[in-house]
Amino acid sequence: MADLTTNIGKLVMKNPVMTASGTFGYGEEFSDFIDISKIGGIIVKGTTIKHREGNPYPRMAETPSGMLNAVGLQNKGVDYFIEHIYPRIKDTDTNILVNVSGSTVADYVATAEKIAALDHIPAIELNISCPNVKEGGMAFGTSCASAESVVSAVRKAYGKTLIVKLSPNVTNIAEIALAVEAAGADSVSLINTIMGMAINAEKRRPVLSTVTGGLSGACVKPIALRMVWQVAKAVKIPVVGLGGIMNATDAVEFLLAGASAIEIGTANFIDPTITIKVAEGINDYLERHGFKSVKDIIGQLETA
Amino acid sequence: MRKYLLDLTVSSNEKLSGNYILMKLTSEEKLPEMLPGQFAEVRVDGSPSTFLRRPISIHYVDRNTNELWFLIQLVGDGTRKLADLKKGDLLNVMLPLGNSFSMPTTEQKELLLVGGGVGTAPMLMLGSVLKNLGFEPTFLLGARSKKDLLQLDKFEAYGNVFVTTEDATYGEKGFVTNHSILKQKKFDKIYTCGPTPMMKAVAAYASKNGIECEVSLENTMACGIGACLCCVTDTKEGHKCVCSDGPVFNIKDLKWQI
Ligand SMILES: Cc1cc2nc3c(=O)[nH]c(=O)nc-3n(C[C@H](O)[C@H](O)[C@H](O)COP(=O)(O)OP(=O)(O)OC[C@H]3O[C@@H](n4cnc5c(N)ncnc54)[C@H](O)[C@@H]3O)c2cc1C
Ligand SMILES: Cc1cc2nc3c(=O)[nH]c(=O)nc-3n(C[C@H](O)[C@H](O)[C@H](O)COP(=O)(O)O)c2cc1C
Ligand code: FES
Repeated sequence: MADLTTNIGKLVMKNPVMTASGTFGYGEEFSDFIDISKIGGIIVKGTTIKHREGNPYPRMAETPSGMLNAVGLQNKGVDYFIEHIYPRIKDTDTNILVNVSGSTVADYVATAEKIAALDHIPAIELNISCPNVKEGGMAFGTSCASAESVVSAVRKAYGKTLIVKLSPNVTNIAEIALAVEAAGADSVSLINTIMGMAINAEKRRPVLSTVTGGLSGACVKPIALRMVWQVAKAVKIPVVGLGGIMNATDAVEFLLAGASAIEIGTANFIDPTITIKVAEGINDYLERHGFKSVKDIIGQLETA
Repeated sequence: MRKYLLDLTVSSNEKLSGNYILMKLTSEEKLPEMLPGQFAEVRVDGSPSTFLRRPISIHYVDRNTNELWFLIQLVGDGTRKLADLKKGDLLNVMLPLGNSFSMPTTEQKELLLVGGGVGTAPMLMLGSVLKNLGFEPTFLLGARSKKDLLQLDKFEAYGNVFVTTEDATYGEKGFVTNHSILKQKKFDKIYTCGPTPMMKAVAAYASKNGIECEVSLENTMACGIGACLCCVTDTKEGHKCVCSDGPVFNIKDLKWQI
């Protein structure tokens, strides 16, 4: 057995596999299929200061090797999370992270402060990249100045590990990553979904109620991989890679491109046991190539 | 209820009239407990355009032969690939998913089960369970045409069957809500599954006549287990997941304009 432990700032993970926010519920939904404590980290649903109903149905469109979603951050708000959900999941023997979203800097800060008080949540993932909400969300993640302002405000209020989730819907993602690093983030994760749309030609109507939505799944992997590679070269903080990871080979590719950990999203819908299989598959890869630790392959892409 | 991820073996895959198949699946282990109204998420292999699993209702569970039945309408590449499966092939399923139809109260004696098109699928399982509990359910099945009427002999084993076809090739002409049985008999509870306009018409009939009514919704899904929130329907308590809070809803909880 190779050593699969990896670090994101102060956060120590038993293996580099985490679940992507919005695709794994609160973890409990999957516990009939797998022992969720074997996953390196569980990132729960996007959480906002107040209850949000999300967008109207239809919110999903299947696409070749992927899907579009327009859920729009439906959640019952941070207070509900703290009162009703946290007590049920806090003793899971792995890292539980909360994905924090908002419409204003003040919302982000207030939500992060409330989560900071929870002993069993060692880190947050700040979502400045949701393409499915009208105000805030992705707007914060698409310019260096706004990304910097929200991250530095949250940094002041939140002392534990702060991961900032980046949007791929930008011209130069490395620049945004550098701004976020300068503002005090401990890590960046990427990518969130890519803006896309689907049309029903028979009905001459968009498929999604919001017309546009966020693309995820196998089809986004080459874009995600390229962005992770660019960002990992640019910043010094650890990078968490995600986007289209469907199996262990995909995960190893992200590690080689420079990710210190990876997240699995849409693939959970097709195989609810995929997280465990990927963790085991990374171990098999390391053993097959004679590496003692996963840290031996992070960023070890040979381009010369 | 515990959910399972299983590789089931196809024991038969029969082409029915029209564009439908009846697939029977078995396992060396005893099949898990499943309730009427629940569904499975089926993985489709070998179809480049089919990325997500496909939700399919539990049509019937034959405990004597340890077989699970699916009744499937071939509408796109995913369902067409399922039609290609042969005896002995494996099919990966997540099941049982969702809630179930609720059993009648002691005052509810006359039960009407309304199915439209392939929405008749869950009604066979429901009819068999109700019959086992001592009820004599009435089935009202609607279809475009005679060739779209499926499994009539199976339904007849569990209760009286009434039929409408839109082109008058079988039973009474028209939609289910036009059938004369609705004028002849007073029902205490209605269960329905089928195209949304049909379910809304049935729900309108039920609510006008003060009859309790449960509908089974078929929203498009991604995860099937309440994790992604893609499949929501609008209820009086806000958005609820059709896959985990449903697929069965009491019409009094929905925000349908009926
Ligand atoms: C809880 C539930 C239970 C179901 N039970 C059954 C069943 O027992 N038997 C059965 O034949 N089908 C059932 N369905 C519908 C079935 O899941 C779809 O027909 C199937 O996913 C289509 O896959 P496909 O790849 O063949 O077609 P696709 O290529 O995905 O779609 C073909 C066409 O059908 C439409 N379509 C696909 N899915 C849906 C949907 N959920 N609602 C409305 N339109 C849709 C698409 O927009 C497209 O126009 C059920 C659906 C749900 C949600
Ligand atoms: C249904 C759905 C809901 C999502 N909700 C969130 C969310 O609440 N917060 C967030 O940061 N990302 C959210 N995402 C984005 C994913 O976490 C992930 O970044 C993206 O799907 C790419 O990874 P994948 O291809 O492995 O799915 C969501 C994605 C999907 C498919
Ligand atoms: S399909 Fe994912 S929540 Fe219902």
